[in-house]
Amino acid sequence: MEPLIEPDDIPYLPRGVRLADDRVRGLRVLQAPERAMQLDQIGDAILSELDGTRSMAAITRDLAAKYAAPEDQIAGDVRDFLTGLIERRMVFVKVRP
Amino acid sequence: MKDHPQPRDLDGNAVTPRAPIAMLAEITHRCPLACPYCSNPVDLVRGQSELTAEEWADAFRQAADLGVLQVHISGGEPGARRDLAQIVAGARDAGLYSNLITSGIGITRQRLEELNRAGVDHVQLSLQGIRPDMADRISGHPGSWDKKMAFAEWVGQIGFPLTINAVVHRQNMDRLPDMIALAETLGARRIEVATVQFHGWADLNRAALMPTREQAAFARSVVNDARIRLRGRMVIDYVPADHHATYPKACMGGWGSTGLNIAPDGTVLPCHAAQSINWMRFENLRDRPLADIWHLSDSFNAFRGTAWMPEPCRSCERKEVDFGGCRCQAMALAGDARATDPACSRSPLHAAVVARAEDDAASEATDLTYRRMVKGG
Repeated sequence: MEPLIEPDDIPYLPRGVRLADDRVRGLRVLQAPERAMQLDQIGDAILSELDGTRSMAAITRDLAAKYAAPEDQIAGDVRDFLTGLIERRMVFVKVRP
Repeated sequence: MKDHPQPRDLDGNAVTPRAPIAMLAEITHRCPLACPYCSNPVDLVRGQSELTAEEWADAFRQAADLGVLQVHISGGEPGARRDLAQIVAGARDAGLYSNLITSGIGITRQRLEELNRAGVDHVQLSLQGIRPDMADRISGHPGSWDKKMAFAEWVGQIGFPLTINAVVHRQNMDRLPDMIALAETLGARRIEVATVQFHGWADLNRAALMPTREQAAFARSVVNDARIRLRGRMVIDYVPADHHATYPKACMGGWGSTGLNIAPDGTVLPCHAAQSINWMRFENLRDRPLADIWHLSDSFNAFRGTAWMPEPCRSCERKEVDFGGCRCQAMALAGDARATDPACSRSPLHAAVVARAEDDAASEATDLTYRRMVKGG
């Protein structure tokens, strides 16, 4: 299958998709059309980096530095996680100008 | 009331309620359309007994405190409420994510802008066909098609995320590829292709709407192909006819487990069709706090857990996968709300249900019985 995101692409949360606190359960969730997805710490950490300006590669570098983890391992996690959300139309991608 | 009495199912077994995630707010049963498969009950709630916008705001606050994250604002046609924007603002102020489920009829561009300011997060638009003739005939509303297309354009201009809801049946299923193409053209992020559920109004139209097995197979292959072609561009959710599946749907993800429905007059229901279980008594938000209804009412506790299940569900390895299927369908087809959903291939009634559906599918009937509010009352 064709990759849905390349390292230089910029992932972002489109209108109607946002991170939120689930105060009753004490969780972080991704609120999206007709779906509230519970996030684990890794998912929350990745999505919190989406600012609509940095590429997936830049986000991966920043996460690797922040969590002192190997960059190639983080790269796989970030790509797979974002790909799943792109398939569900919960993350959009723009190609860097 | 005693503090924290033990919740029990209809047989007296102890059950443990969880917190609900989603709520369906049916703010009115009024609707300009007359779809012959409307999911509203056959006995519709009249306008004068509807909850006020203030009562809805209170309901949303109570729901959020209980754990609800999303509200689906529906009807009837929610746009039939002039105070829809105020109702939506109540959901936003409670911190809920709001999905507006609409026919698109009766909401002008100006009102849609108002709804945008009030905080609608997502719009789901129903389409009854892919051309004016079919759309207007099924909805029983001349001119519906043109209004819907205009509405979809405004949704795109304002920038709301859009889901297209396409209910499919024998009279329109062959045009599914065109429906998917239309959803793409309208910029939908998602299309929900749902086969008519033959309850309530739709049950009156079984002979005219029941899809054939060939049509169901065609729809499945269209969906499979489109999912590959549209990967990353549009999500396609497909709900096949119950009797074409091997196992029943996990209705509501289990009774009283994750969702609740509030009817226009404040009646709190475990699912939108629950009133078809005619012996069950449902409580009203005007009489009791939502948290008490959720945790303590007989209706919500009736089918929680699995201890209430008879055979073949009781010993089934799938009992916590599909929860015995739909209680309302069990009521309608088996005459017993606790029976195994006859849509399940393990139900003793399954063969008869399939045979009846095949007979309906072979019918040449095309005339429709439209949804209507009974005069008087």
